[in-house]
Amino acid sequence: MEFFHIRKDIPFMKYARSTTVVSAILFIAAVAALATRGLNLSIEFTGGIVVEVRYAQAANLQQIRSVLEEGDYRDVTVQNYGTAQDVLIRLRLQQDKSSAQVSQEVLELLKRQDSSVELLRVEFVGPQVGQELYDSGGLALLLVCAGIMLYLAMRFEWRFAVAGIIANLHDVVIILGFFSFFQWEFTLAVLAGVLAVLGYSVNESVVIFDRIREIFRKKRKMPVPETIDHALTVTMSRTVITHTMTELVVLSMLFFGGEVLFYFALALTIGIVFGIYSSMLVASPIAMWLGVSRENLLPVKKEGAEADATP
Amino acid sequence: MNRYPLWKNLLILAVMIFGFLYAIPNLYGEVPVVQISALRGASLGEAEKTRIEQVLKGANLGFLALEQESDRITLRFADTELQLKAQDQLIEALGEDYVVALNLVPATPKWMEDLNAAPMYLGLDLRGGVHFLMQVDMDAAVAQAEERYVSDLRSLLRDDKIRYLSISRASGGVEAKFRSTEDRAAAQERISREFPALLLNDSEADGAYYLVASLSDKEVLDAKNLALQQNVLTLRNRINELGVAEPVIQRQGSDRIVVQLPGVQDPARAKEILGATATLEFRMVDANGDLTAALAGKTPIGSRLYRERNGNPVLLERRIIVTGDQIIDAASGLDQQSGSPAVYVTLDSKGARQMLQTTKENIGKPMAVVFIENKSHTRMVDGAPVKETKTVEEVINVATIRDQFSKRFQITGLDSPTEARNLALLLRAGALAAPIEIIEERTVGPSLGAQNIERGFNSTLIGFAAIVLFMSFYYRVFGVIASVSLFSNLVLLVAILSMLQATLTLPGIAGIALTIGMAIDANVLIFERVREELRLGNSPQAAIHAGYERAWGTILDSNVTTLIAGFSLFLLGSGPVRGFAVVLCIGILTSMFSAVMISRSLVNLVYGGRKLSRLAI
Repeated sequence: MEFFHIRKDIPFMKYARSTTVVSAILFIAAVAALATRGLNLSIEFTGGIVVEVRYAQAANLQQIRSVLEEGDYRDVTVQNYGTAQDVLIRLRLQQDKSSAQVSQEVLELLKRQDSSVELLRVEFVGPQVGQELYDSGGLALLLVCAGIMLYLAMRFEWRFAVAGIIANLHDVVIILGFFSFFQWEFTLAVLAGVLAVLGYSVNESVVIFDRIREIFRKKRKMPVPETIDHALTVTMSRTVITHTMTELVVLSMLFFGGEVLFYFALALTIGIVFGIYSSMLVASPIAMWLGVSRENLLPVKKEGAEADATP
Repeated sequence: MNRYPLWKNLLILAVMIFGFLYAIPNLYGEVPVVQISALRGASLGEAEKTRIEQVLKGANLGFLALEQESDRITLRFADTELQLKAQDQLIEALGEDYVVALNLVPATPKWMEDLNAAPMYLGLDLRGGVHFLMQVDMDAAVAQAEERYVSDLRSLLRDDKIRYLSISRASGGVEAKFRSTEDRAAAQERISREFPALLLNDSEADGAYYLVASLSDKEVLDAKNLALQQNVLTLRNRINELGVAEPVIQRQGSDRIVVQLPGVQDPARAKEILGATATLEFRMVDANGDLTAALAGKTPIGSRLYRERNGNPVLLERRIIVTGDQIIDAASGLDQQSGSPAVYVTLDSKGARQMLQTTKENIGKPMAVVFIENKSHTRMVDGAPVKETKTVEEVINVATIRDQFSKRFQITGLDSPTEARNLALLLRAGALAAPIEIIEERTVGPSLGAQNIERGFNSTLIGFAAIVLFMSFYYRVFGVIASVSLFSNLVLLVAILSMLQATLTLPGIAGIALTIGMAIDANVLIFERVREELRLGNSPQAAIHAGYERAWGTILDSNVTTLIAGFSLFLLGSGPVRGFAVVLCIGILTSMFSAVMISRSLVNLVYGGRKLSRLAI
């Protein structure tokens, strides 16, 4: 069975200009969302207290709110989490109480109102821990980008490195844009997801770059845009199949993994979709415009210095 | 063509056997156990073993096995109900000298355990428990080091009869005030000889001569390190008293400590024990001092004003006879004469010597026990957290020394038996070198943990099944081979994680699931290549060969980039991100092996060495 048996190369590069415009618009929209709305950072980053409880019956959120307000807890978010019985309560760090006391008191208040309440999870993060996470998260992002660029520059050429990293950041910024626009909660797990997408999406670009290089070496007379079109066409079936596989797993996490994995899986889902798009229609055109040619891919060194894989 | 040499097939077989062996312990699950360990001094030998067996027999509680190690006895039970009942019985029968803790241990067969095959350790998000991240107050650690120098310098100068006006902590170190330059010069010479690490600076103001001794950078660093180490040790001691099985107490970075207590469901109690910082000091009462003058603010030199619990003021000598860190054991009980709650204290040899000397010289005079507790909490001031440490110092007991004593003695004057027990516990566990503050706390209930495991496992399984279905359908025989190699990848990944004794967390499970998706990429790359080669009119055998050979470079390149991402995540991430990164990195490595070596060897076994007219791909 075969889905893709494409005999003629698809002229991707002919549409490169319009796809790039689309990308640019999306990118700018994402940046705009981030600038105006920011990210809905979880308490891991901001510091605060989260209490997750479960009731025997469907919880009455309004009642929980009023009970907490009576206990002088203002500025509290109370929401259902997954099911109607599960409730997530978010509190800010308190002026005069230690965080430990707060979680204790909150539970007591809830117990007074309904003794069936069961504590599932308490999480308290001090403000300095959050700041550190925020910083190390940003640092991780930079380090990953630098490492990938360095590797691409070494294995291929600087033009590919630049094109690859632009495509990559494009994906990351768009994921962040989604999280910002819809105000989905940005947790530590989501950050891990975003960074995984960085690795994953560059993986994509590398497979295509690899083919471009191979065809350059093999078909010495083919012009650059046609070479890229050909590489994209022959790798397309692999691109689609691999992504379908990964997407199957990620969707299974999205639907069956529970709330904790939900946003992580969501980040990956978006990342994979844009990963395909960007490696085909962002990375390749950029490499082309940067002036990738047969000459700068063939080793200037003596033949045989780099063992050629293609006979 | 397309045949692997025998050694290569054997190697692959060996790797797979090894993989299964080390992955399988994860399937056995866990059995509830009760662990009994002895506290300081108590023995845990054959006699105790028989006693335990008798207790359980008497209560009609059957256990599956009893294992004795040097410092603890582990009893396995069929279910948690028996386990709980047994714990109650044993606590009652064995008394305070033993810790009886509940735990779950892997049900791995003995012969596997002997091969060091053990399941992965489950993180708190999967098994439930309490996690704390604690910050050690380093300023306080340095302040304490300076305090020590204050008393060291005082006794040094006093012993050498060098006159000084005062010695106290000041900004930048310890400040000594002298009447004359001669005194100061003598002191400077003496101090630099005795404590060469101190940096000395002199100055003059208002007719007095000052000498400021400050700690060198290295000494400050040493003081901080020491404080952190001692805090880790103290916390470990305290947690042992709590009776938590398999706790994690680790230093993190330069000033933090991570504490994880699996299975603990009462964070309040845990916090009480962990956060309590208490110590005792024994001082002589200054009987000659003028109490009224002291109350008016004129405390005699060499004394300090304290208050008893009922608020009565009392003047004590500044000199400390014995401090809490010289206490090696403490037990609560009742005073035989009065019947009131008491704590029996045992001192180390140095403390015993000091105590003996003091009591010998001071029979008939009153001595006081000062209880010191540090309480710290964070307050928000103008949106920024401000940490406040409050030290409570109170005299819990003043008693006349009736006779000389040294190593063992008792403290009375406590309000209740509970207080006596708590004090004994704190003294036994030792004092913290510097105050700690909980800056992060997570509690995960056991039901949530079980739910997390189930969901994580299910989503991985469903994803895996979907891939197997699709691959077998789309690539037929080759798809089946890819599925088998994908499964071996999973086995190898789990085996390596188990061998490394990595902690499996929910993000770790997510990492495994994601790796499954990504691992299939290598095989897709290869198969697509094979199809291309076939399309170009190459023979099936040549197509297989070329497919594997040519895809290899691409596989390597693409995986290395993902590895770079994973590795950076590991270096910089913490907690869940790190767990995810470990799984991702190992998963990529195992998938390169399984997707290339194992799948190739299977293809060779199926197709290799014979003439083929067509391929099922």
